[in-house]
This record gives sequence, structure tokens and C-alpha cells, in this order.
Amino acid sequence: MKRVLATILLSLALTSQAAIDTYQFADEAERERYRTLTEELRCPMCQNQNIADSNAPIAMDLRKEIFRMLGQGQSNEQIVDYLVARYGDFVRYKPPLKADTLLLWFGPALFLLIGFGVLLFVVLRKRRTATGAADQTLSQAERKRLASLLDNRNP
Amino acid sequence: MKRILLLLPLAIFLAVAVFLYRGLFLNPAELPSALIGKPVPAFSLPAVDDPQRILSAADLQGRPALLNVWATWCVACKAEHPVLNKLAGQGILIHGINYKDDNAAARKWLEQFHNPYQLDIRDEQGSLGLDLGVYGAPETFFIDKQGIIRHKYVGAIDERVWREQLAPLYQELVNE
Repeated sequence: MKRVLATILLSLALTSQAAIDTYQFADEAERERYRTLTEELRCPMCQNQNIADSNAPIAMDLRKEIFRMLGQGQSNEQIVDYLVARYGDFVRYKPPLKADTLLLWFGPALFLLIGFGVLLFVVLRKRRTATGAADQTLSQAERKRLASLLDNRNP
Repeated sequence: MKRILLLLPLAIFLAVAVFLYRGLFLNPAELPSALIGKPVPAFSLPAVDDPQRILSAADLQGRPALLNVWATWCVACKAEHPVLNKLAGQGILIHGINYKDDNAAARKWLEQFHNPYQLDIRDEQGSLGLDLGVYGAPETFFIDKQGIIRHKYVGAIDERVWREQLAPLYQELVNE
């Protein structure tokens, strides 16, 4: 029983790992930069995965490339630019701010503003009609009639 | 005014519906290449069948051509290969990049299935592939006579794709 359990646990431990590479980094900072870069860059093959998680051959190549460039002392910007030059902005999970990504960056805020605008409009209009109704008071004749009706009920 | 406002939700719904409907027929695997309009990146790689013969980007200039990235491990390439043979038979210039492949296997493949390629570039490490932004084989680049990349097709070319999409693009490059 114990052995079966151990086997199951061991197989779980093996399968739950994503891509593993054994790279030797110069220091902790470099390892950290490698981690951020591979997590921020998107795999061109298996979209919706970053290149840290992906097991696609191209993700493996790109990890190798990033490791190589880190070793050469290149900055994060240089590495990202290098990959963008080859694979386009697509590989960035953090798209750059430029003319054709304006809607992407500010679209949500824009839609929120439009939503608030509509809400404001609706609320103001409701309030106006509500106060309009309060203005409609009874005329002199109506008041008399109301009084006589009430009097009739209670002689 | 009021009536127009009433129609607004319908208009928004229709706009969203059109967008989403169009999205159903887009292929998310088709990425626009970052290299369109740029020259083929510089390289210096041996030929598949002759390690002594070094090929470079300059060898690709002169005539519009297809630059086909392939490998023996790539299943779709096998389906594509007869189509390339046929195109080569029609006089279309095709160059091959043997991408991250075993050289012996590649030679055997070309012997066995016929070689449609004018130049056979041996990119064993995938360095040219990386510079070209290749993320899987097969991929085919269309280059004009100046060696500028003009189009890219990802996936296997079949007869229909060639006839309907790619032949006009190639003809355009030839007519220039």
C-alpha cells in the first residue's frame, strides 16, 4: 500500500512540472530576470502559454536564446526587442503603448466612462420626471371635489 | 431622438455580433510576420547536400522565390512535399531551409521524394529559423527579386491554398 501511494505521489510530482531546463545562472538576480522574461513573453506556437510554461520546441529554443543573451549581459529591453523583431509584438504579454495599441490600453477605461455617462444620463432623466410629477398638484375644483367626497364618507 | 436611443442597444449588439462572427473565421495561429517588407536576414549556412558549399542571403536575390522551411520530423511537410514538387515542375523557384533537422535524414528524404528546391539551406541549429521568426514547420516566405520578404504562409501549402491564395501573390511578385 505504501509503495502504491509512493508511486502515485511520485508520478504526480513528475507530471505536475512544466518545462524544466537546467541552466546555471551567474547569480540570483540573473535567475530572477530569466524568470520574469520567460513569464512575460508569449510562446508563438502554443498561444496562451508563456515561454516559461510551454514545452513546444520553439519555446525551448527561445528560453535557450534568452539564457544566452542574459549571459552576454544584455538588458531586458534588448532581449525583448530582439524577439519582437522576429516574432512581432505578439510575443509580448505586455504590449507596448503605441498608436495601434491605444484602444487595447485605454479601451476598458473608455467603456467604463461611457457606462458611467449612460448611468448618469438615465438617473438624471428619472429624477427630472419624478420632480415633474410632484409639481402636478390638484386644481381648485379637484380639491373641492376631494373634500366633498371625503365628507360624504364621514357624515 | 428617443426612438434612436431605443435602437442603440440593438446597434451595439449588431456591431459586437459582426465582430464575433468574423472572429469565428479567423485563424488565430496565423501570425503576421514581423519581417514583411524586410530583407531576408543575413546568414551563412552550408548546403544540405554539400557541407563545403556556403550559402548566404545574396544567393536568394535575382528572381522572386518561395523560401520553404521544412524538416523530416514535420508531418505536415510530408503532405506538402508533392505540391512543392508540382510547383517546381511548373517553373516556380523554390528554396528550402532544412530547419533543425538531421542532415542524413534530410538527404534521404530529398532523394526519396524528389527535390523541388533550387537551393537547400542546412539550418541545423535553427539560427536562420529564429531570425526569420519561424515557430513551426512548414512555413513559406515569399521573397521578391531584391530578396525582400513580402508574404508569409504558415502551414502546409495544398493545391487549393496555392490556387486561391498564394498563386496570385506569387504572380504579383513575378510581374513587378
